[in-house]
Amino acid sequence: MNQRITIDPITRLEGHGKIEIFLDKDGEVANTYFQIPELRGFERFCVGRPVEEMPLLTNRICGVCPEAHHMAAAKAADAVYHVDPPRAAKLLRELLYMAFYCTDHTTHFYALAGPDFVMGPDAPVAERNILGVIHKVGLEIGGKVIQMRKYGHNVVEIIGGRKVHPATSIPGGLTKGITEEQRKEIEDMGRWAIEFAQFSLKLFNDIVLGNKTYVDLILGDVYTHRTHYIGLVDENNKVNFYDGKVSVMDPEGKRLGKYAPNEYTDWIAERVEPWTYLKFPYLKKVGWKGFTDGKDSGVYCATPLSRLNASDGMATPLAQAEFEKFYSTLGGKPVHQRLATHWARLIELLYAAERWMELVTDPEITSPHVHAVPTETPTEGVGIVEAPRGTLTHHYVTDERGILTKVNLIVGTTNNYAPISMSIKKAAESLIHKGTVVNEGLLNMVEMAFRAYDPCFGCATHSLPGQMPLQVTIRDADGNPIDVLRQFC
Amino acid sequence: MTDKPKFAMYWAASCGGCEIAVLNTHEKILDVDANFEVVFWPVAMDAKYKDVEAMDDGSILLTLFNGGIRNAENEHIAKLLRQKSQILVAFGSCANEGCIPGLANLSSTNQIFDTAYETISTENPEHIRPQFTYQMPEGEITIPTFYPVLKTLDQVVDVDYYMPGCPPESHQIAAVIDLVIAVLQGKAELPPKGSVIGAGASTVCDECQRKRNLKSITEFKRIQDVEQYDPELCLLEQGIPCNGPATRSGCDARCPSAGAQCIGCYGPAEGVVDYGARLISAFASVIDSTDPVEIEKILDGIPDPVGQFYRFNLAGSTLRAGVPAWKQNGG
Repeated sequence: MNQRITIDPITRLEGHGKIEIFLDKDGEVANTYFQIPELRGFERFCVGRPVEEMPLLTNRICGVCPEAHHMAAAKAADAVYHVDPPRAAKLLRELLYMAFYCTDHTTHFYALAGPDFVMGPDAPVAERNILGVIHKVGLEIGGKVIQMRKYGHNVVEIIGGRKVHPATSIPGGLTKGITEEQRKEIEDMGRWAIEFAQFSLKLFNDIVLGNKTYVDLILGDVYTHRTHYIGLVDENNKVNFYDGKVSVMDPEGKRLGKYAPNEYTDWIAERVEPWTYLKFPYLKKVGWKGFTDGKDSGVYCATPLSRLNASDGMATPLAQAEFEKFYSTLGGKPVHQRLATHWARLIELLYAAERWMELVTDPEITSPHVHAVPTETPTEGVGIVEAPRGTLTHHYVTDERGILTKVNLIVGTTNNYAPISMSIKKAAESLIHKGTVVNEGLLNMVEMAFRAYDPCFGCATHSLPGQMPLQVTIRDADGNPIDVLRQFC
Repeated sequence: MTDKPKFAMYWAASCGGCEIAVLNTHEKILDVDANFEVVFWPVAMDAKYKDVEAMDDGSILLTLFNGGIRNAENEHIAKLLRQKSQILVAFGSCANEGCIPGLANLSSTNQIFDTAYETISTENPEHIRPQFTYQMPEGEITIPTFYPVLKTLDQVVDVDYYMPGCPPESHQIAAVIDLVIAVLQGKAELPPKGSVIGAGASTVCDECQRKRNLKSITEFKRIQDVEQYDPELCLLEQGIPCNGPATRSGCDARCPSAGAQCIGCYGPAEGVVDYGARLISAFASVIDSTDPVEIEKILDGIPDPVGQFYRFNLAGSTLRAGVPAWKQNGG
């Protein structure tokens, strides 16, 4: 008799993502399906709109990372108009983006993923949350997390006009610059952000790396996948979030190449499956070989870990030192252990804070010249940034008036749809065997498998990053539930 | 368990920005916690959906519902929460008027699918489309049914209050939390059912600091084409199509203050029946011409009328949908 296990978000009738685990007659895992149950249709309804609206319209793809869509859209619109924004505009956009990164990575580490490590994966569910973290490491840490979120959003508002869904990026630059007074305020917050990032890395070092059980968990096989990695790099192959080329690394650490935004279709293709609304991107040159590891499989990953793997280092000194420590501790590049993504995320937090300070102390940052009027006929353009959850690609084609005729979007988390599916399957296979009781351990192992990716199906559906309360329903062959297990983030 | 009144917040088809806006009230969240028992809030706590189902009807005092109704699941939860809640608030633009995802109502489901699953980077030689029910070798799996049009919350259930904004500004959310707590303490009364809360009663223009000279315009300009615009003068009077005149106040005119035109995220101003109609009339009133040919030419400066006049409001407007979606929906 075949068994079916359904893992649904506890809000089971909402579009959060759903996992079906099918067992064979021996009680072993036959297959798993990770389904994304929603589509909103942006690629269709943005057609007919003026291209300058895209930074505003695509904000609404995701309220968690609107800054990423705002930037990718603005860069694509620049490209459509063949206009190069003044240097000050680029600095300001990147500064806004660094502040956003600090806020976003902080939220993920402390509220969503951190509890697994700080409290331990075996801690009671009731303690495995942000409050548990605060109780364990001290109340002042909660204040610091709130402070980091506040500061990040303050900078977004100063440059972008609003805290959520920024409004100021237009083709050719920005609608406004910043004053010296605002610059000073941003500089003070940036200095604090560097200290906060260092504090966070020390916390990780003390609590996780100082504990053999956690290190073994990170290095264990359950969370290891040997896939390709991609990430945006600068001209020196250092990690960059705002601009550059996308570096593609194979599972053995060999760079297959780097592509400019307008070359992305040579490298990336997307596969459609009939059982889910979300597509599966893969490396076109390697090809789709199914949900499988290895250098012959086009499956790739685009996460903080991927960005480190795909680069030659970090462009700022403190983050570079952490980068070196990361690889020397974990046995060299590339690192395939998915749980190391949390550490990589904190190294990126430090980079973002350091870059924030570089940008805000640039003499040109208060220049009033933040917009170049486009003079060429608009045609076609691609904009790429690194969203916190993966490489974000916006591709627009317009008519001669700049009205959109085609829109293609490959959003951060979507890149990781295949590897997340594989991680879920592997976690299920490692825990479900003949006679094995499916219990909370399974739920948390599966949950940890995809939490490492910080999946934000806000972009594909609308769930907050890593927020994936689970319910497992075990069904008999007739589909009748015979047991229900629950776990909450 | 406590005997504090129960609070819930839920997202349907939305982007998560409403939740971020609530989190950005910072310490106000603690007031909510002190005064309410939070029984259901997927972003912030254990989301015990089954427990909501098991609750008595009307046992949740206040539910903030954000997101539009895009599929069968969204509608199911909306109906469930309506049944369990005494006060149901349509929270944010999606639940109020459809927001940007409501622009999908200009297309049929097939057009949306044909675009999404045949893009330039999609390799789909067999033209596969998602199936609501699909038979895998191991068994049948399902995904929720996609509706022909996106609906607003009050198109599927009765709504008590409307809180606009994309997202609602955090200071407005904080003010509403304060009001509800004052009501609980007997120090204030709830506004009449059907009221708009957490927003102003006038227009974005009324709270905009930019100067108005009541000057008429002879052309509309795209914002990227403006060489040097006046940082203090009304954007509309400079020819930039700013939606302030038809849009409800409440945001402190943030976008115009930052040099960007109002895009209308706070929805129709008080008393406005149709947002687009009001905006068209406001734009018409600044056009400096009586020559039909010239007027036509000036209006050509607005290259996307439906997007300009119904950017956030299409699903909630009197139009609701474009022809392809309308036909698919049975006319």
